[in-house]
Amino acid sequence: MDYFSRFAPPHSDPMIVMSQFAIVGVMIAIVAGLTYFKKWGYLWNEWLTTVDHKKIGIMYVLSALLMLFRGGADALLMRAQTAIPENGLLDGQHYNEIFTTHGVVMILFMAMPFIIGLMNVVVPLQIGARDVAFPRLNALSFWLFFFGAMLFNISFVVGGSPDSGWTAYFPLAGNEFSQSVGTNYYAIAIQIAGIGTLMTGINFIVTILKMRAPGMTMMKMPMFTWSVFITNIIIVFAFPVLTVALALMTMDRLFGTNFFTMANGGMDMLWANLFWVWGHPEVYIVVLPAFGIYSEIISTFARRNLYGYKSMVFSMVAISALSFVVWAHHFYTMGHGVMVNSIFSITTMAIAVPTGVKMFNWLFTLYKGKIEFKTPMLWAMAFIPIFLIGGVTGVMLAMASADYQYHNTMFLVAHFHYVLIPGTVFAVLAGFTYWWPKIFGFSLSEKIGKWSFWFIAISFNLAFFPMFITGLNGQARRMYTYSESTGFGPLNLLSFVGAAGLAIGFALIVYNIYWSTRYAPRHVTEDPWNARSLEWATHSPVPEYNFAITPTVSSTEAFWDAKEHGKPLFQGSYEKIHMPNNSGAPFIMGVIFFVFGFSMVFSMWTLAIISAIGIFVFMALRSFEKDHGHYISVEEVMETEKKCEVLKNEN
Amino acid sequence: MSLKELFPIKHVMGFVFSLILTVVALSVLMFDLSPKTGVIILLVTAFMQASIQLVMFMHAGESEDKHSIYTNVLYALFIALVTIFGTLLTMIWGYQ
Repeated sequence: MDYFSRFAPPHSDPMIVMSQFAIVGVMIAIVAGLTYFKKWGYLWNEWLTTVDHKKIGIMYVLSALLMLFRGGADALLMRAQTAIPENGLLDGQHYNEIFTTHGVVMILFMAMPFIIGLMNVVVPLQIGARDVAFPRLNALSFWLFFFGAMLFNISFVVGGSPDSGWTAYFPLAGNEFSQSVGTNYYAIAIQIAGIGTLMTGINFIVTILKMRAPGMTMMKMPMFTWSVFITNIIIVFAFPVLTVALALMTMDRLFGTNFFTMANGGMDMLWANLFWVWGHPEVYIVVLPAFGIYSEIISTFARRNLYGYKSMVFSMVAISALSFVVWAHHFYTMGHGVMVNSIFSITTMAIAVPTGVKMFNWLFTLYKGKIEFKTPMLWAMAFIPIFLIGGVTGVMLAMASADYQYHNTMFLVAHFHYVLIPGTVFAVLAGFTYWWPKIFGFSLSEKIGKWSFWFIAISFNLAFFPMFITGLNGQARRMYTYSESTGFGPLNLLSFVGAAGLAIGFALIVYNIYWSTRYAPRHVTEDPWNARSLEWATHSPVPEYNFAITPTVSSTEAFWDAKEHGKPLFQGSYEKIHMPNNSGAPFIMGVIFFVFGFSMVFSMWTLAIISAIGIFVFMALRSFEKDHGHYISVEEVMETEKKCEVLKNEN
Repeated sequence: MSLKELFPIKHVMGFVFSLILTVVALSVLMFDLSPKTGVIILLVTAFMQASIQLVMFMHAGESEDKHSIYTNVLYALFIALVTIFGTLLTMIWGYQ
């Protein structure tokens, strides 16, 4: 029994025990269901081994939604705990674990995969490609993310969750102060997912540089593709820093090195430094694609072409460069001098300029537009003012001397939620609604969609605006309770009401998926929003090969020009189409990575070595494998196209 | 085709340059230099060596996409230098 006692969470309470039972129960139910309905083959052939960018995108988005609910449950617990003074719902340790996992899950396992999922579905379609440049690598990216996320998620029922904040500052995250395996989970699960993200970065840069349709020069790419391109450049430059920092952290925690310790020449602040060298660009990694999504949506529903295309592109390039020169503003108060703080104050404020350019471009796009308030547009319209509050408070925080007042208070928490929720969550929900008919061939219900929008938009402000006030009054973040005499009680209760409203809004989104899948009319139109870019030029749902004939492009809004000005989009005749083969290797590698990660977390070296060898065996096998893909014959293409036409004409 | 066109003068020059740079870098060991001078010589020769390799032998400037290759290299340099010197600035020079 001694051997197994290490797997028990150190701070077990009834909630965790219930979760343990629930997780085992759900797993049994899934296995039983798959067996009963004989879906194992379908699951393996259609999903687990797929290299199709659309299916991988769907899996990313589904996992992200799942993680949204995991992180959301954390958030609800936190708000419930702080709703009234001296509440006893959670103890301090439990609260620490929950705010840590909330941060990690929301940023790395919700925002990132949601963004990457949407870019997987949309970018190859927008540039007229058949798939991404390296389809199998893409599948591997997904499975590394997925198993990284799963490894992180089992932490709270097996061995205990990390509890030193999503920033995991040393010395707190060191062995001396974080003795449970929780922080090992942090180091290794994020590492595995991060490797997957880095691969995605390389994959999409190559895809966008090399696989655009004929005629689509860089300056004729749709804005979402541009934003994804810039994002992936940031990924490729920022993620290696995280990889190295996490590797050093792993060595400190597992092998007794002294990179970040207080003794033997270690430097605890170096962790904070490296973390934010990655961490600040990371903020732009999740926000820039959102800007791209809004650009598409705003120009579609304002029925105007995007104002200031070039300035949009240049401002994103500027943001990408500036995002790498501001990181020290995350630790103004941690020991460096006036000179350093002044430099980083100025660079931080400078970021407001290109962001402001983008804001004005959206406003000018709306100006004199025939605006149509469909659900995606509502999200975009709510984004502008709410994000503005986030941005303005960001400039307040950028002032180093004033930051001594704000830092580590709820004011900061309110600020970054005001940036990240409209900047990322609203955007992915908008993009999700906007591209849903593209993926599945039917639209989500507008009525339920609008209800969820209003619930989320209003409750969001209810939940987070009070934090600006309590923060300025001195409520510190990450405190699990406070006394009644502080007077923070009523506003925190209001926050909790907002959090509950948010929960209802997100539940409505799931209900919308359920309702629309059952009742929404099918194949109503292939272009439900009267959109402008190339992804709408093919059928919905999209056939395996995306475009039967590769489109030829001559402007930024190729599809609009084809619709409105009769420019021919598809020239030439059907040819056989070369497609990549499915492969089980990425999934199996993901599983092995999971085993490797798990054994590293618990220092089970034999298993770790065996699984590490397994990973290298797969890599070696791949380099000797001859896989030339397969061809879809002209007859097959014609048949599929005919089927799509028939379905279209039925309605 | 004349001999001049056939003879890869650029690559021979590049090869000679990289040999010279290697010798210069070796001089740090040969002569009794202060650590500071030694590191500066090493850094400068390393950067020159890397760019010669990139341009001469990895043909960075010869294909159609040379603009994106050079932009990418410059961007990478910018980020690397900012990260390194920024870290030195925040963690050592400007740390109180």
